Order: sequence, then structure tokens, then C-alpha cells
Amino acid sequence: MIELDGVYRTYAMGGHSLHALHDVSETIEAGDYVAVVGPSGSGKSTLLNVLGCLDRPSRGAYRLDGEDVGSLSEEELSGVRRHKIGFVFQSFHLIPRLDAAENVAFPMLFAGVPRAERRERVAAALGTVGLEARAHHRPAELSGGEQQRVAIARATVMRPQMLLADEPTGNLDSSSGRHVMEVLEAMNADGLTLIVVTHDLAMAGRANRALVMEDGQVVRRAARGELRGDPVVAPLPGPPR
Amino acid sequence: MTPGDLGSIALTALSRHGLRTSMSLVGVAIGVAAVVALTSLGEGARRYVIGQFSTLGSNFLVVLPGKTETTGALPGFGGVPNDLTLDDAKALRRGVPKVSLVAPVSMGNETVAHRERRRQVMVLGSTPEFLEIRELDVAVGRTLPGGELDRGTQVVVLGATVADELFGAEPAVGRAVRVGDWRMRVIGVLERRGEQVGFDMDDLVIVPVATAMRIFNRTSLFRVVLGVGAHHDVDAACSRAVAILTERHGEEDVTCITQESVVASLSSILNALTMALTGIAAVSLSVAGIGIMNLMLVSVSERTREVGLLKAIGAGNRQILAIFLVEAILIAAMGGLLGLALGWSGIRILALVYPAFPAATPLWAVAAALATSVGMGALFGVLPARRAARLEPVAALAAR
Repeated sequence: MIELDGVYRTYAMGGHSLHALHDVSETIEAGDYVAVVGPSGSGKSTLLNVLGCLDRPSRGAYRLDGEDVGSLSEEELSGVRRHKIGFVFQSFHLIPRLDAAENVAFPMLFAGVPRAERRERVAAALGTVGLEARAHHRPAELSGGEQQRVAIARATVMRPQMLLADEPTGNLDSSSGRHVMEVLEAMNADGLTLIVVTHDLAMAGRANRALVMEDGQVVRRAARGELRGDPVVAPLPGPPR
Repeated sequence: MTPGDLGSIALTALSRHGLRTSMSLVGVAIGVAAVVALTSLGEGARRYVIGQFSTLGSNFLVVLPGKTETTGALPGFGGVPNDLTLDDAKALRRGVPKVSLVAPVSMGNETVAHRERRRQVMVLGSTPEFLEIRELDVAVGRTLPGGELDRGTQVVVLGATVADELFGAEPAVGRAVRVGDWRMRVIGVLERRGEQVGFDMDDLVIVPVATAMRIFNRTSLFRVVLGVGAHHDVDAACSRAVAILTERHGEEDVTCITQESVVASLSSILNALTMALTGIAAVSLSVAGIGIMNLMLVSVSERTREVGLLKAIGAGNRQILAIFLVEAILIAAMGGLLGLALGWSGIRILALVYPAFPAATPLWAVAAALATSVGMGALFGVLPARRAARLEPVAALAAR
């Protein structure tokens, strides 16, 4: 379970303080599917970074499964990311010199997973995203949709509790994007907590609920189907490419 | 993360920029090759010199006028208070119990002529004992006459080259030659011996010591060589010889040197030379290290997003540090191995071209060159690796 309690993320900008997150309090149950929407600069990605333990709150508490993440050391945070969190990025972030299987296996190197088990898990993860046949292709030899599915396989190969996706379909055509979302939602259906940052209202509408952000704050919580006509998100432009 | 995984990650990353990696690798290789080659040359020089002195034998000592430390260097400045004389040599023959052979030596250069043929050679005046001590055998005829030291008969033993040059295929023994203005009879020709410590033992003539002193108009000796029965008596004989001459001269004004002291002295000089050469070569290794650091800094800069990703998927700071450090060490180690191969090949080629020069790569130099290159890779890799490990994951992921 994710608990944010009065979380701030503040950056010093010259002589001023910029609150990228401003008093965010939220609880996300395990297995939930949450969309985070809002205009550019509203704090969506900062929230995702804090949730993913890539960034620490300047103030407030973030508890993951009851553990105060803010008090953990750098190495302990790495351990949390390694075992509990998976990331999917808009630009895939695959390592170009490695093939699909090697990219997927990469997180397991840092966790000390034995070689034989790595092979099994890679095959299973690529099978889940329908890319067994592309295991030995490098990213440059894969389509955008395939690259993102490899990234999803990499994000889930360590069997994390939650998957954080930052504009996962932002660089994909609609067909590939739909396919990617189907993969993610199937994983959510299997119990994976899914948190997706998106500009795409249709995609946000597929989540169990949506958090609407503006100026670093969650200004509205919308249940499935309630986003249509929201004054904050209605004029959203397309995702940055 | 196992060492195998680390090595695999590093090799994959390095192979992506093959040319750039190769350049750094070659830099290290040149440094290591220079260390190996120069060390081998220094070691070869040391072995050559020691080998040369070893051919002299170790059961002799040399007394020469002038006082210096008896560690083997030649007498220093400051003049020679008392000359060594034939009487000194006689006293040594009588007074040093362990000495079996006494060979006073006088020498200089003079023209040796037979009919129209003449040759400028070293004329060495001594006794038959000198030939024994230096293990010079007479091939034809006989050796110098023994007897009284100051009896200078006009006979000469020719070196093999001198005999060939003056007489060609004709027999030399029994013929007359002129040494300077002195007419002498050839009584023997030495066997070929080649060079000893830089002296061509075939291109000299040997006459009785008193004869040589007359030729060169000298009353003093160049030195006295003493042959000792057993090697372990050399030091005692040396001390005794100095004591006798000190008593005769009223002061300690002679130096006694042994083969061992000369070899030890030269060996230490050549070792210092080798170390100096190694140090110079090590400078090129450190330049190569800076090249590695530069390469790794560029690599970290180019792979900032990758570092961000590694952090996102759970790599700890120490693991990221290890990845970049191992890359730097791998470049250095591979460069080191290549350098060893280059240096060793160079020395092998030298050995083929100059077989007489015993160039040899000491094991310590191989180990030191490899250890230094790997250590240098680690040293110069630390800064870039720390920079990578300390990157903020969010900023790193957002880098372009």
C-alpha cells in the first residue's frame, strides 16, 4: 500500500522556492490502477519520481507497505526500486547495445539472480508481452511498440509490486499504444499496482480512478468515467514527443 | 552482481566504441611495452657486464695505487702518494700467504712491426703468472720466462690477431719483431680469446714486466694482480696485501679490489640505471592513465541517461561505481597484456639481431608493469566512476 501524507517536493530556483509537489496526501491500495493527469508542469512526473523512490519528498511522509521511505539510505532505496518498483518510460530507455533479452535481464544482475533463473524469467517476461520471437533483436531492430513492450518486460521481470508508467504510449501510434495498455492492464488484473501518468484522457478513463493535478497539488480525484468535461484536464494538449 | 556479470557489462560497453577504446588501450600498451623493453635492456646490460667480469674468474684480486673505498670503483682524485713498484710486488709474493700467483702489470700502447707490416697495439708487461690468472693459453711456442721480476728479456708473446696481421700464414715463433724501438723475439702466440671486459685479448702483445717498464720508461707499475688459491681466501688476501703495502709505504695508499666488489658496484649502478629507465617509461604509463580517465569521463557523460536507468531499475551506487571502474581496469589490463606482448616481441627481435646482448625481461618487471597498469586503471577510473555513481537518478534520466 502506498501512503503519501502531506508530501512536498520543493526546488530552490534562484532566490525562490518552487513547489513541484504541494501538500499531496493520497493512499493507493495494492492492485489499484490509478491514472495521474494534469497539464504540463502540474507535478505529475515529480509525483511519479517520488512514488518510484527516484526522488525524496522535501517534507511530509511517504510510506510504502508501512515503511517510511524518506528515512532510507541511498542503498536501501536502490533495494526498494530493485524489488518493489518497475518503471516504464515514454522514451523506452532501452540500452541500444543490448538485445531485448539482455535488456530484460539487466535488473536481475543487480539483484544477484542466478544465471539459469534469469534465462527462465526473461523468457517468461518476453512471453507475457508477446515478444519471445524477438528476444535477440536489438532495440534499433524493433518497432516503437515492441520496444515499449520490452521495457514493460524489463520493468516486471523482478516481479515488482507496482509499475509506474510515465506516458507509456506517448511515443507510439494508437494501435501500438492500445496494445501496450492492454499488456499493462492485464498485469494489473493479475494484481500489479499500476500508476500511469498520461495526457490521454481516453487512457486515463480506463483506470480505476484518476488523480487530477494542478500546480503540484491533487485538485480532484475522479472515479472511472468521471473525467470527461473536467475543467482542468479538458483542454490538455497531446503528450510531449 | 557477480564478477562475470561485471566483466560482461564492461566488455559490452567498451566494444560499443571500439576505436575509442582501442586508442586508450594502445596508449597503455605503449607505456607497458616501454617499461618492459627498457627494463629488459637495463637487465640485459647488467647481465652483459656481469657476464664479462665472470669470464675473468673470481679467484684473483687487483692492487692498484691510490686510496679509495674498496668496493670496486677506480681510485679517485687526489693523486697517488706512492707508486707501486716491482719491490712491492716482490713483497706481496713473499708476504701474502694465500697468494699463489703474483703478476705485476705495466702497460701502454706501442707500434709492433715485422718488416713492412706494423700495428699499433696494447703492450702488456707482466709475468707468466698473469697468463695463468687470466687463463690465457699459449697456442704456439711458450709462455713468458719466469724468474726474477726485474730481469727484462727481450721476448714477446703475440696475441692471435697480432700474429695473423704481422705474419699471416707464416709461423711467428722464433721470428723477430720491433716493439717501438726495441727488437724482440717472438716466443709464443696466444690462443684466441676474444674480448674480456672491453679488451680485445687477441690484439695485444705481452712482454716481461721489466721490459715493458723500459719500453715505456717507467719505474712504477700500473697494478699488481694476485691469484689466490681458493675463492674464500680472496678477502683475507686483500686485507693482507693492503697491510703489507701500508707498512712499506708508511700509509694506506693502495686499493685492493676483487671481482665481486667490481661486479657489485657495477651491478648497483646498472640497477639504478634500470630503475631510472623504468621510471621514465612509467611516465608514459601515467599519461595513458589520463587518457583512460578522459575516455571514462566522456563515457559517463554520454551514458548519463543509462546511469539514470540503471538507478531506476535498482542498481546501487556501489554497483554503478563498480561497472565504470571495471571498464577502466579492463582497458588498462588489456592494454597491459598487449604492451607485454609488444615489449616481449621487441626484445625477442633485439635478441635475434644482437644475439650477444643478453636482453632479458625480469619477472618482477612483468608483474610490476601489469600491476601498475591495472592499478593505474583503477586509480584513473575512480573519478569518472564516482561521478557516475553520484548522479541524481531523476536528472540523469532527463539528460539529453
